[in-house]
Order: sequence, then C-alpha cells, then structure tokens
Amino acid sequence: MTKISGAEIIMECLRKEGVDIIFGYPGGANLPMYDALHKYPDIKHVLVRHEQSAAHAADAYARVSGKAGVAWATSGPGATNLVTGIANAWMDSVPLVCITGQVVSWLLGRDGFQEADITGITIPIVKHNVLVLDVEDIAPAIAEAFHIATTGRPGPVLVDIPRDVQQALCEFEYPDKVDLPGYQPTYKGHPQQVKKAAQLIAESEKPLILAGHGVVIARAADELRELAEKAQIPVITTLLGLGGFPGTHELNMGMPGMHGMYWNNMGIQEADLVIGIGMRFDDRVTGALKDFAPNAKIVHIDIDPAEIGKNVKTLVPIVGDVKTVLQQLIPHVQPARHDAWRRWFADMRAKHPSIAIPETDKILPQYVIKSIYDASGPNAYYATGVGQHQMWAAQYFWGDNPYSFVTSGGLGTMGFEVPAAIGVQFARPKNTVWAFCGDGGFQMTMQELALCTEYELPIKFAIINNNYLGMVRQWQDTFYAGNKESVRMFQPDFVKIAEAMGITGIRVSDKSMVESSIEAALRHPGAVLIDFQVEEAEDCFPMMPPGVSLSDTIDQPAMRQPEFAR
Amino acid sequence: MSGRIHTIVALVENRPGVLNKIASKWRQRAFNIESLTVGHSEVPGLSRMTFTVDGAANDIEQVTKQLYKVIEVVKITDVTDDATVARELALIKVATTKENRSAIIEIVDVFRAKIVDVGTDSVVIEATGMEDKIDALVGMLTPYGLKELVRTGRVAMVRGGTPPLPEAPQNGAFHHYRSAGEGKPKVGSLI
Repeated sequence: MTKISGAEIIMECLRKEGVDIIFGYPGGANLPMYDALHKYPDIKHVLVRHEQSAAHAADAYARVSGKAGVAWATSGPGATNLVTGIANAWMDSVPLVCITGQVVSWLLGRDGFQEADITGITIPIVKHNVLVLDVEDIAPAIAEAFHIATTGRPGPVLVDIPRDVQQALCEFEYPDKVDLPGYQPTYKGHPQQVKKAAQLIAESEKPLILAGHGVVIARAADELRELAEKAQIPVITTLLGLGGFPGTHELNMGMPGMHGMYWNNMGIQEADLVIGIGMRFDDRVTGALKDFAPNAKIVHIDIDPAEIGKNVKTLVPIVGDVKTVLQQLIPHVQPARHDAWRRWFADMRAKHPSIAIPETDKILPQYVIKSIYDASGPNAYYATGVGQHQMWAAQYFWGDNPYSFVTSGGLGTMGFEVPAAIGVQFARPKNTVWAFCGDGGFQMTMQELALCTEYELPIKFAIINNNYLGMVRQWQDTFYAGNKESVRMFQPDFVKIAEAMGITGIRVSDKSMVESSIEAALRHPGAVLIDFQVEEAEDCFPMMPPGVSLSDTIDQPAMRQPEFAR
Repeated sequence: MSGRIHTIVALVENRPGVLNKIASKWRQRAFNIESLTVGHSEVPGLSRMTFTVDGAANDIEQVTKQLYKVIEVVKITDVTDDATVARELALIKVATTKENRSAIIEIVDVFRAKIVDVGTDSVVIEATGMEDKIDALVGMLTPYGLKELVRTGRVAMVRGGTPPLPEAPQNGAFHHYRSAGEGKPKVGSLI
C-alpha cells in the first residue's frame, strides 16, 4: 500500500464517514489539510468569516441533515474561536466533529506561536476530545470521533492534530469497527420499566407528555404520535422539541416554561402523570423544582442515564433510545380517551389565549413572525437567535416538520441565527430558509452575510429590530426597576449592510408593508434581508419570572390589552 | 453538599489527559476531592483510581454518572457501603534525640509501623492502615516534632468475589493509540 500524508488520511476518513461538507477557516497549523482539499472534490469546503460560525453552521447542518457536522479551524485563536460553537452543540446534544490544527508536536507546551491547549480548554464542553501525536492514530481517532459524536446521546468531539502529524506519511487503513470498552450506550429500555410506565399510563386520568430534543434526534416523531394518539395524551414540546410532534395536531399543546403557553404551565401542575421523553427537565421548563408538577408521578425516558434524577425525582426511569423505547412501550399501552382532561386543556386555552396578537397599527414583533410563518408554507426552515424574537418564533411555530425549527436552546447563543441559517440552507438547498434575527445578535455574526453572495444562498433574514437588546430590556423593566442600562446601542443601517454584502435589503417601518415585503422576499431568487422596525417596548408573554413555580406564570398583563394606552 | 466521606473506585484507560477529564467533572459539580490515588491495575492499559470525597449520596450518584461520560472511564463504583479493605500509606519524618529515640520506636512498634530511615536528628517512619490509625500515630508522634508528613490517600478493594473485568485485547494493551503506547513520545501522561 502506498503511504499518504496525515492530512490526506483526514480527508479519506471524512469520505468514509460520508461527509460532503466542511465549514472551516485556514491558518498556519491546518495548512496541510487545506492542501489536501483539492484532491477531494466530492467534499465541499465552506469558508466562513469567523470560526465560531463554522461550528454553528456545522451544528445547524447536523440538526437538519441528521449527519455529523464538520468544522475545521487552525490552532490557537482559530481553535478558541470554535469554543462557543462547541459549547452550543454540547448543550443541545448535536453531533459535531471539530478538527483543529495544532502547532508542531515539538513545540507543544512551549507557548509556540498560535498555540492553545484546545483539548484542555474544551474538556467540559465536549463529549470527547483527543490530541493525536502519531500519524497512525489519525484514522482510529477520527473513526472514534464520528462514532462517539453520532451515537448514544450525540455531542461534539474535537480532534486536535499537530501540523507535523498532518504532514507525516502513513498507509491508510480505516478501522471497520470502533471498540471502546468505556462507551456502551444503552438503546433498549428495561422491559420491566417499560411495563411499569404502561401501567402508570393506564392508571392515569391526567397524563401529559413532555417531549424534547431527544424525540427529534432519535427520529422518533412517528412513534411519539402513535403513543399520543393511542392513549389520547396531550403533548407539550420543549423549545428544542418543537416539531417533534406535529404542530397542527389536535393533541399538540405547544411549548411550556418561562415563555411557554399558560395552559401548559398550569397543565403540568394539574397533571397526575408527566411522561418526559428525550428531555432533561431544564430550569426554563420546570420553574422552581420543589413546586414542579406537585400532583404528578414522573416517567422519564432518556438515553443519558445522568439525566435521570438530575433535576426531578423520577418514579419510573427508562434509559434508552427514545425511538426504541417508544416502540417497546406502545404495544403495552391501552387505548384511552381522556376526554375530561382534554376538555380541561381546551377550556384553559379558550380562557387564556396566551398568544393572541392585539389589534394595533404598530408593527408588533409577534405579528411579523406570525406573518412569516403564514406566508412561507410547510416546507420552510427557520433558524433563530436568542432573546425575545426567539421566544416569539417558538410561540408561533406550529409546524409539522421535526427538523425545521433550529435554535440555540441550552446555551442560548446570540448570533447563532446567521451561521445556523447558512448551515440549514446547505443541508436543504431547495427549501426556503428564514433566519429570525435579533438586532443585537445579528451584529454578532453579520459578517457571514457575505457567504450568501459567495455561495448563492437564498436565505431570508428577518431582523426583528426593536432597537433594544429586548429580552435584557424586558428583565430590566420587570426586575430592575426599569433601569435600562446598556440595552440600546448605535445601529448600523442594516439595509446598507445587506447591499454591501451583495444581497437585497428592505426596511419595513409601516405595518402595511409587512406582508408585501415578506412576499417580495419569498419571490426573490436570492438572499434578502428585511429590517422590521417593530414596536420597541413590546414584552414577551406569557412569562414565568425566574425562580418561581410554573403556577406563578403571568399570562397577559393588562398592558398587553389593546385598550391600554402606553 | 456535605454528607459523609464516600470512596469511589474507577477503572480507566491509561491515556493522556484522562485525569484532567475526570477532575473536570468533579470540579464542575463543586466537589472537593479529599484524596486521590492512581496506579496500574491488573489489566495492562487500565489504571485504577480511588477517590475519597465528601458529599450527599444523590450528589455523588450524579457525579459518578457524569464520570461515566468520560469515554476512557471503563467502570466506576461507589464502594462506600460495600465491605472493603481500605488502606493508606504514610511516610512520617520525626525529629529525634538520643534520649527519646527508644520511646519513638516503641510507639512505632505498637502501631505496627516501620522505621525505614534513621538520621542523626530524625527518623522516617512508614505506616499503612486506615486513616484513623494513621491519624492516631501522627497524633502520638507530633509532640516529638513532626518534620515532614506525606500520605497517599485511600486505596480500596471490595472483599470477596471480583466482578469480571473487560478482557485485555490480543496485543495485551488497552490503549488504541500508539501515542500512549510503549516507545512513543508521551507529551501528556495520565497524571
């Protein structure tokens, strides 16, 4: 066999793993990898403008495509710039393989130019990482990286490879199987526990399903639907679980939690059985733990044993892959109607229309978001940033595609929306992709707009521009006596920025233009940025103040009513 | 999070950076490790670590689950409530004079410790046992003038039958990477 360079081995490994796209940025320590790229024309490289965006774009690509995302960066600052993106993928359980160049091995630990101990830095935010010091180890290290990233509870893996190791020669042999004695995820649920869960469902009069990202990751939307329909159980989906149950389904209750539907927060407190499926009882969902679901027994299905009992006490834990466990569970579940319980929800929803939009001449942010959903049809994809616009985007998302709502849930990374939309568009080149942007977060990653021109990506950017860091402003108004500090900033002319980046820009400052501008953007074959100048002081409700229980959720304060004069 | 002292035994692959990864999991949950020992196990390529930590049982359970997430951790057990043999080793340097040397030797004998080095004005004592025995010995020796003390921390082993371990691969080594193997440069090491 002929010997090839370590960098070529990396490319061969990526080809074996079925990788067709890399998001990356070159530099001194990964030059050999870039030198090998042109020999592999079947693998596309997307040159981002900042390494953080490489990680975010690969992250979003992975969420939509179901394959591992791949991000490249050079040593030192290139690698450290990945850190936010890696942490984001870690918190949201996204399979991400980062390959970083490192300074030559004889300079390691000597503070060489652009040296950073990236394996040390990333320990708390990766599923696994490794520094490869021998060219013969590259293939097994990358095989392990993909295996670990994509199996069990997915997550980011970082492989750090010094430049001299990339240049060293070796025969390429890809391991046909990975054997890790310390890594044996459990896929099948314990049969006894599954039967116990079915028994609890049969005994329950007010059962509730809390479905999370695990349903989406496990591709288990069909199984979830079958379970819910068989026993007529209302389904609440967490922020990252949106779409995991069809938004248009009569049993779908939408999102719970800090900015979730009022009826859901009350429903959780009322339920006698909570079935958590592929979710982790995050504080934004549970509120004060001591008061969470006081009347409910809890069944918790998750592939990660560390999630069981981490936040809430569980009566029946089932460790396993959500899809497999639901397939095991469904045959044991007895058909039921739960009419009274579903009526309770219907009444609650009628009495507390949490997301009704007040009539006004002003451009309300939620009106803009809802108009975009209404105009874009069932095949569109959405990426969001973090803050008020994200919560509105989640509240008004009632779509059926489990992979169409891409958001930074756990880490809450502002600026995620722009590179995420790019990753989504590469994964779904034929579909409409909207980026819901905050005017603050957009300025964190707006340099990536250039990619829309360079790679002909027809992404539609909707800046929900309230001229504030809106969520922070809302908290300052609510909890800090209205002391608005560092939440208003000079804003560039976003339309000119769009034009400078080679895409179309539209400014919308009148309500009558909202729908026509959205239609114009959808008709336009290229990328469009719309700067929606929305009502500045609109607050996001419902809201559960931090630290209190779900029962204390504020639904629609008087100031939200249309007759209230500001 | 204070509770009682737990003894945790972990079997880990001997790869660079493993200690750092494990320590990170304890640190994230704000645990203070009371003692930590690490060394080779009976399986080539696998090391055995013994931790003692102070904490409530459910906190410890959560951390052990988190520790399982470290890919190189093969097995981890809280042996606090198991019947175990547990020991630590101490080396104690005590100031001596001609007059009190025999009294010190007497104390050492009572504790079944050993004098392993004698100098003109000091002796080095080696003692093994549970922490309370070492504490008591140190307490007896302190009035003579403790010059230096080093303790290994606890190592522990469950009594009786041993659960089966993963079999060592054909080549007799657990590590997958030559980086961590014999004759290769070791930039990092387990510790």
